[in-house]
Amino acid sequence: MTETLLSLSGISKQFDEKTVLDELSLTIDDGEFITLLGPSGCGKTTLLRMMAGFELPDKGTVTLSGVDITQTPPEKRPLNTVFQNYALFPHMSVFDNVAYGLKMEKRPKADIQERVEEALAMVQLEDFAKRKPHQLSGGQQQRVAIARAVVKRPKMLLLDEPLSALDYKLRRTMQVELKRLQRELGITFVFVTHDQEEALSMSDRIVVLKDGRIQQLGTPREVYERPANVFTARFVGQTNFFPGRVTSIEGERISVDVFGLNRDLSKPPFRVAMNQSLHVLLRPEDIRVLAPDDTEGVAGHIVERNYKGSTLDSVIELEDGSHVMASEFFDEDDPAFDYSIGERVRVSWVDGWEWLLAEEGDEPLTDEEELAADDAEH
Amino acid sequence: MRWLARSYLALVYLLLYVPIAVLIVFSFNDSRTGYNWGGFSLRWYESLFNNHAMVQAMWNSLWLALTAATVSTCIGALTALALHRYRFRGKKVLNGMLFVVMMSPEIVLAISLLGLFLLLGLKLGYVSLLLAHVTFCLPFVVITVMARLSGFDERLPEAARDLGASDFTMTRTVLIPVIMPALMAGWLLGFTLSMDDVVVSTFVSGPSYEILPLRIYSMVRVGLKPEVNALGTLLLVFSLVMLMLSQWILSRSKQ
Repeated sequence: MTETLLSLSGISKQFDEKTVLDELSLTIDDGEFITLLGPSGCGKTTLLRMMAGFELPDKGTVTLSGVDITQTPPEKRPLNTVFQNYALFPHMSVFDNVAYGLKMEKRPKADIQERVEEALAMVQLEDFAKRKPHQLSGGQQQRVAIARAVVKRPKMLLLDEPLSALDYKLRRTMQVELKRLQRELGITFVFVTHDQEEALSMSDRIVVLKDGRIQQLGTPREVYERPANVFTARFVGQTNFFPGRVTSIEGERISVDVFGLNRDLSKPPFRVAMNQSLHVLLRPEDIRVLAPDDTEGVAGHIVERNYKGSTLDSVIELEDGSHVMASEFFDEDDPAFDYSIGERVRVSWVDGWEWLLAEEGDEPLTDEEELAADDAEH
Repeated sequence: MRWLARSYLALVYLLLYVPIAVLIVFSFNDSRTGYNWGGFSLRWYESLFNNHAMVQAMWNSLWLALTAATVSTCIGALTALALHRYRFRGKKVLNGMLFVVMMSPEIVLAISLLGLFLLLGLKLGYVSLLLAHVTFCLPFVVITVMARLSGFDERLPEAARDLGASDFTMTRTVLIPVIMPALMAGWLLGFTLSMDDVVVSTFVSGPSYEILPLRIYSMVRVGLKPEVNALGTLLLVFSLVMLMLSQWILSRSKQ
């Protein structure tokens, strides 16, 4: 049922000898909300500008619904962009801004009138049609930019960090509103952001980018719970990296030594060998903080506590000096639940909540290699 | 202390405006000599407008300033856009040369232009004046437009293209309207510069095309005639109107 709308294949781009995109391939499905996530300089904006037609790739092709549009100029592409700082035309009223794209299509006046009003109603700005952009607040300007981009009913809407100039509360509102718009319009959204929280809450799929390469492509849940590499794990959410060492391998189970605890875990999807070092990843909310007289876990003491309203976040220093982040929900039975700095505790987690990663340099296995590895074991 | 500051300020303004005030007052003086008040009269204005050579020089000057400002605004705006938008070989040289024209003594520019026109065999008159005036107005227009472009949001042309405008349509509907105040400011600057230029014009004008500043200059050489006061007053009113116009345009563009 999902059809490919846009596909990029083997895209490379250099600016002044610096590689911005490196042999990147990606297909975007019709109707999905896909987010390009990464730190600044990862190539996400360049990638978006390439879809819009503002940058031409040095190598590779861009295909839209099966048609090669690599060399098509932006005005001939049925895609529209919402720019980071809105880029509203300052000399035109809100109405004329939104009507601009339709005027370029030379549509009849009555038609333009009707569709602009419809678009402004969709972003709840019907009463602002006669204003100039500078008479609007940031959030309103943002909504005009969105109305202007969707009024042509593009096949795809490209959004370049559209919420980064708004304050926190307005951002949350706009996130919900964007999701609503995408559902109502049924258009594919390609959203660029460096904010992982935004990416997780809005997207159908997330593309994690670094140095012009895709680090991981998956649903928010996959990216958060099963990061493909150390970079993704560090970039998306907070993570504890525990050093592990493989002590035994038996079929689909392995034993790993973590801080002297011997944990029995299921075998990860990459090649493991005896005595190999691994990263054992645990999100702060997966950590269980136990009483100091508990038999389970590793001993440590609280070095930091942060009241976050719905959770209590703490940092625990273990005896070997490493720090563990924990995030616990408040319990209705114990409303006074809190820690004092220096309080002794033990740290543990529920088996199966951890995620294993090879130390960097060991690439995850491809499907064929995995089959070969399985064969060798039997 | 406050008394001292105020009187100092008063002195500065006095020095600035008394000569102008004297000029205006004496333009309405019935007396032929400039030293005594002979009662209110408009006779110098009358004799000014009856002086056909003077009126012709005024029209010549206006036409020259109008055309020179328009031509230099067109060329200057395109130059500024090229310098702003594109990277090309010799960009720095071109940029630097604009400043050379602006900073070089006017007399040097005048001599070199005269030399050039003589070399080319160009008859001195309207065309040589126009070329010379465009030359010295150009850098001012380019710098005015460049200043506006440096604050120009690069995303605006992209937004227009994204919405389906060709490069030409984008320039017409977005780029030019946005930089319009700078174009007007540049035009007015060019107009004013051309209108009151004496040095360059002295060198490159011919008997076929007499312009106002040169006419005034030749008039005062044989003694200060009261008509000059009347002419000065008219020019003053004209520049005030132009100034107010430019302020009005700028304030409107900010809304």
